[in-house]
Formats: sequence, C-alpha cells, structure tokens
Amino acid sequence: MKNVRKKIIFKGMISTFSLIGILSLTLFSGCSRKPEVEKGTEKSSTIGAAVASYIAPGDMDEYYLFYSGGHSGNVFVAGIPSMRHIATIPVFSPYPSTGYGFDQETKKMLGEFTWGDVHHPSLSETNGNYDGRWLFVNDNANNRMARIDLRDFKTKQILGPIPNVSGYHGGAFVTPNTEYILAASRFSIPLPKGAYAPIEQYATDYKGVVAGIAVDPKTGEMSVGWQILMPPFDYDLGDAGKGPSYGWAFWTSYNSERATGKLEVTSTQKDRDYIAAVNWKAAEQAIQNGKFKMIAGVKVIDPKEVPDIVYLIPCSKSPHGVDVSPDGKYIIGSGKLQSITTAFNMEKILTAIQNKDFTGNEDGIPVLNYDAVKDAEVNVGLGPLHTQFDDKGYAYTSLYVESAIAKWKLGTWEVVDKIPVSYNIGHLAAVEGDTINPKGKYLVALNKLSHGRHISVGPSQPESSQLIDISGEKMKLLYDAFTEPEPHYAQIIKADKLKPIEVYKKEDNKHPEAIWDVKDAKVERNENHVTVKMIAVRSSFEPWKIEVNEGDHVTIHLTNIEQTTDMLHGFGLNEYNINVVVDPGETKTIEFVANKPGVHPFYCTNFCSALHQEMQGYLLVKPKQSVSTGMIR
Amino acid sequence: MSNIQDFISRQESAIQPLEGKFDMEKWLEKANAFFDLPLRLRSRLIILIAAVLLIPTFIFPLWNMTLYANQFPDGLNLYIYSYTLDGGHPEGRNDLQEINTLNHYIGMRPLLESDFSEFGWIPLMIGIFFILTLRTIVLGKMSNLVDTTVLFIYFSLFSFWSFYNRLYQYGHNLDPKAPVKVPPFMPPIIGSKQLANFTVYSYPGPASYFLVGFLLLLLVSILLSGRHVKSYKRLSTLK
Repeated sequence: MKNVRKKIIFKGMISTFSLIGILSLTLFSGCSRKPEVEKGTEKSSTIGAAVASYIAPGDMDEYYLFYSGGHSGNVFVAGIPSMRHIATIPVFSPYPSTGYGFDQETKKMLGEFTWGDVHHPSLSETNGNYDGRWLFVNDNANNRMARIDLRDFKTKQILGPIPNVSGYHGGAFVTPNTEYILAASRFSIPLPKGAYAPIEQYATDYKGVVAGIAVDPKTGEMSVGWQILMPPFDYDLGDAGKGPSYGWAFWTSYNSERATGKLEVTSTQKDRDYIAAVNWKAAEQAIQNGKFKMIAGVKVIDPKEVPDIVYLIPCSKSPHGVDVSPDGKYIIGSGKLQSITTAFNMEKILTAIQNKDFTGNEDGIPVLNYDAVKDAEVNVGLGPLHTQFDDKGYAYTSLYVESAIAKWKLGTWEVVDKIPVSYNIGHLAAVEGDTINPKGKYLVALNKLSHGRHISVGPSQPESSQLIDISGEKMKLLYDAFTEPEPHYAQIIKADKLKPIEVYKKEDNKHPEAIWDVKDAKVERNENHVTVKMIAVRSSFEPWKIEVNEGDHVTIHLTNIEQTTDMLHGFGLNEYNINVVVDPGETKTIEFVANKPGVHPFYCTNFCSALHQEMQGYLLVKPKQSVSTGMIR
Repeated sequence: MSNIQDFISRQESAIQPLEGKFDMEKWLEKANAFFDLPLRLRSRLIILIAAVLLIPTFIFPLWNMTLYANQFPDGLNLYIYSYTLDGGHPEGRNDLQEINTLNHYIGMRPLLESDFSEFGWIPLMIGIFFILTLRTIVLGKMSNLVDTTVLFIYFSLFSFWSFYNRLYQYGHNLDPKAPVKVPPFMPPIIGSKQLANFTVYSYPGPASYFLVGFLLLLLVSILLSGRHVKSYKRLSTLK
C-alpha cells in the first residue's frame, strides 16, 4: 500500500513539474517575442529553436551552405541547420592549410595575386535548378572568375583578369542552364585597360561593361564570351532571367549621375537609377553576325551601333540587388536609399520594348517608361538590398538600415511579417532560394555587424550569420553563427545533390609523374636540374634524403599513395617557405631553387598517424664554397 | 577353370564355420556390390545440382574477415576468394591497401595475391571436381561417386589447413625491426579476436557454404542410391 501511494505521489509530482515546464515555456516564448522586436534583437531561447538547429554528434546536416569569403579570397562551407563551419575552399588566396598556392599548378592559377575578393557564389544550374556540379565565384578586386568542382571541392580554374571588366562585382550569377556567368564593371575606366583619360572626362571617356562568361556545358571550362559597352555607371548586382524572362540578364547600377569624387554625395542626387536589361540571346546573335568590335581581344558589342540588345529600366534610388522571381515573371529591384522594393513585370517590359515606350536614352540606350513596366512598389522598410524566395510564393527582402528581414507576398505585394536581425543584414540566402524551385524551410541572414553577440575577440570582429526558420507563418530565429570576414552572398543546396569523392583513385590520377611503388621513388640529376619522384605514405617519405648543390633547380613530384579517406600528408620544407598537402591518391609538383645552403629538414605537416612525428627527411644543399671552418663539431 | 572354382568353393566352405562372427569375405563382396551399384536417376539429378553449386564459388568469397576499430565503425573488410584476395571498396577507401598499411606497423608482410599458391591450385581443383562430378553422372557408378566424395573431403581439409598455415605464418613471421612490437599471434579463423585496437571477426563466406552444400548433396546421393540395398542383395543371391 505504501509503495502504491508513493508511486501516486511521484506521478503527481512529475505531472505538476511538467505542467509548470509547459507553462513556463509558453510564458517564456510569449514574452520573448514582443519586447525583443522593440529592442531590435531577438534571443532565440526556446527549446524548439535549439532542437530545430541541433545535429547530434555523428549525424549529418541536411543542406550545404556555400558562403563567399569576401576579401579572404576563400569560400566557406557550412552545414544547415547546424550552421557548423565544415571546410574552407581556398580560391584566390594561398592557403597553407591545404597547401593551396604552393605547388606549381595552383601557383600558376593564382598568378601574380595573393588575394581576391569573393562576392557572389553561384551554383551551376540545369533548367533553372542547382545541379550540384560546380560553384562559380567572382573576384571583385582582380576581375577574375573561378570554378570550384563540387566533386572534390577544389578550385579548378581561374579565368582572368578578364579584359575590360573593372571591379567585377556583378557576378557570378549563372543563366538557367549555366550557358553564361554574368559579369559587370562596378568601376568604369577608360578602355582597354591601360588606356589613360583624365578623371574630368569620366562622363564621356570612361566605360562600363556588362558581360557573359561562356561555360563549356561538359567540362565547365570558362572562356570570355560576349561583352557590351555601357555608359559609365557603377554596375552592381545581377540576376539571369528564367521562364518568361529567359534569355535576359539584369544588372542594377548606381551613379547614373556619372559623377566622380565623393560618390556618397555626388552619385545620390537623382531619385532613380537604372536596371540594365540585356537580351543575351540577341547579344549572342549579334556576335554571330559579326556586329562587334574587338577590344583587348574580346568581342564587344556597342549598343550605339547595335540596337535592340540593351534597355534601361528606371529603379528607385541607388539600387543594389535585382532578383528574378522563381516563375521568372517579376524582376525585383531594391533601391537601397528608399524604403521600397519595386516589382517589374517582364510581360510589361517586353510590351514596352515592342511599343517603344521610352522616356529617353543614355548614350543611345533606350530608357523604358517606369510607370509602364512596374507592377508594384512594395513598402518593405528601410534600406532594402536583396530578395530571396520560398516555396509558398513569398519573397524575403533584407533591410540593411532597418536591420531586419521583410516577408511579403508576390502578387498581392503585402508585407506579412518582419524579423529583426543582429545586425545590418547584407545578403540573405534561402534554401535554393534563387532557383525556379525554392525549397523554403530555412533562410540565413548574412549580417555585417556582430558586436555584442559573442564573447569578445577584440576590435577585429567576425561577421554574423543567423539561421531563420521560414517554414511557418512567422519567421523564427534559430541560431547565431560567426565567420571570418566576410561573407557577402551565400547559397544553400540540398546535401544529396552533391556526390563528392573522398579519395583520388589510383586509376584516376593523371599526373604524368605519379608513382605508386617505393621502388620507383628516386632522385635524378640532369645538369643543374634535380628531379625527385617521391612517395608519401604512413609514416615516411621515400626518398627521405635529397642531396643537391647550392643553386640547383629542384622539382619534387610528390604522390600520396594512400587510398583511405582523410589520410592526408603534408610536405613542409624548413625555411624554404614551402608547404604542400597531398590528398589520398593525389600528386603535386613543387619547384624551387636550392639557394640556401645547409641541411634543411622536411616533414609531414598534416597529422597522419601514430608515427607522424617520425615522417621526416632532409634536403642537403651542398654549399658552393666550403664553409666547414665555422661548423661546430 | 574348374580348379579355380573348386578352390573358391573350398574356401567358402572353409569360412562357413565362422558364421555368426564377422564374415570379411562376405563384407567385401557386399562392398564390391555396393561400389558396383548403378546410380539412380534421383541421385544423378542431385549430383547435377551439386555440380552447379560449384559455379558460385568463383563468384563469392570463401572467407570473410572484418576488422572493427573506433576509426572504422563500418569495419575494414577482407575477402578471400578461391582465386584472389580483395578488400572492401567503400567510397573513399581501399580496405586491402589499408589493412596492409596498418599491418606494416607491426611488421607483418603485406597480403599479396602473388604470395598465395592456393589461388592457383584451388580453382584448378574445383574445376577438376566439376569434371569429376559430371563424369560420375555420366558413368553412373557408385564407385565414381565415392571417389569424388572422398577426394573432395581430402581437398577441403587440405585447403583449410593450407589457409590456416598461411595465416599462422603471417601472424608469426613479424619483422623484428617493426616500429610496434607485438607478440606473435594467430589470426582468428572462425570467431573473433581482439588485436591491438581492432576487433577482428572471421567467418566462412558464401563460397564455403556452397562447397559444404556440394559435399552434403554428394553424401545424400550416395545414401539415396545406397539405401536401395535390396537390389544388390538380390543381385548377390542371384549369383
């Protein structure tokens, strides 16, 4: 009897506690919403949010998040919903962690540059959907375009500096079948590069360029495609049309004032700037018909001479983002100095073009009648920048000045929800949110300021990205993550669309100097050229000794013969500024001049095994003149 | 001729008194009659099935070994076929190469296909057994069937010993200069064993079960034709 009573009391206690738990949860979440909106911050403290972003140890994320790494020159890879940073893909900067920029192949790709400014990652598309093959990223600093192969997450090609394109910000956005990657000049200059004109002649002698970089559909190999000469505005962001707008490309531009100097004043005098609409199918045709001039070896179309290719659409003051809706019907332009986002109707644009409903021209490029082509001005809030889409017909616009995201409905143009972010959001990325089939579910706010949201790391602050649940009516903040500077745009793709390899299979290694048997490892001399065929395998280098003379030109072909995932080896050469990392089954070539006499140890830099410390060897450089007198014995 | 017949009849009569005790001569006669037995259709069909069972032994492994460790939760797999040695090939791994790389730390010789003479003679022998089995079906004699069965038992035991010895050598001839010194060991044949950070499981593979099936079917067919004793009793009385 006693036991039974005890049990009843115990059960009663449990249910009381759980009731209190539920009550407190409701109260907590209830009171957590309202005041936070007022404060401008939202602390996601509900258990629901924690569970929603939690990935248990050993479990996998559902999506990849590809961040641009800004002026780090890299791309960051994170998992969603955990927001865990998983990898960094070096693109435009040497990266000792993976040995990028130290071997001959990657050194050649980087050329003379040791940094780049990655702005807008763009996953390759087939029929308007991500196909998981490549990731393209642009370099705003040195006008380059890079292709990352998502089979091995490595940079495979860097194109550029692209002739005539100056300040490559308006890319990389791909057309629906990855026919072209958009490119544009943010900073107009006299062309071709190297030409000189005084700044006073900016309005007439400086030129902007919008362009399409051609992509080989099989190999992904990029080449300079078509370019179009434009008035000297600052071409900012772009997007490719799809569905009814397929065959068109759009770029926003600021500084239609053609001003110089203090642009924050001089370029913000007009109430409207332009979106440039380019019929790239017509541009392709014009090139085929020979209607171009060669500038710096590139076929460039001059719209003054070739009409019906470019049109200008007036858009609210100093627009930043231009985003095409998933169905391709609407072109959404956001004027960052006004509180509205404008939805242009593609059908109306085509009609206006047909009816020549123009209100003027800029250097011979017709300007469309604003009132004839716009469908709505959506009152989203202060400082609208970029728009993404979900699977239910909603658009999400980032509001930099207001530090918030507005959710609004396409077609009814009604703002239905708003969520504050911490702080000052730039881009935002929804799951496959710029394709023809957005998936909804999550959105990541890519914020410029993070202060006060993390334990302090001193004056150099990281960027913040916030995971937001967009599956329901109300947006819910789930998680704060921090990255190094500086993600601009990011894209989110379903993880199972990618099929990465983890080992380079022996039979797939096409390096002509690869060896697989320690018997083939050797040092060969041809006059003052020393060639080493070296093997790295747990836990030794073969050969482990390289004897050369001071001044010899040394080439090392290093093959990691492992065939096991995660079994990487490094090759760090002391005081020669060399570190290469070879993945399982990979061969890399290292070249240097042995100009430092003496004995230089080399060792495995990427921890590999229990005897990793023992994985070492010596480069013995015989001095030209004997200096044995000074040697300690 | 009559002399010989006389001799035989005398011998037989000489044995007569031993009735009730073991009659060696009669037993031999019985045995002869048994070996002369024709194989019934049912037996021949079963032997044909047995022959077919030999074919998959060229497809499936004879023995499977799996090595589990913290780093390899899915296990490193080693497959011993009648004709070759192979490891698992999950995405991003070559298990045979990995096992050899790990074994070099304890000074074990790499498992190389070329080191196993078994991969030459085992498939040859299985081929020979295939032919012997077909021969038995065609000739239809109990003696052929028994020959094949006995030879096969000998072959199986010899092969098993050969592999056992091979594993013994691998586990005992360790390089004395190896970076990690371990006492010589016998890798498991059937069952599991803890070796350093690995738990090793070793079990016969599908091909071994097919070989066992082959042997069982031969034995069944012996029984099926041999149980038909009446026929040879009648045969001997008729003589």
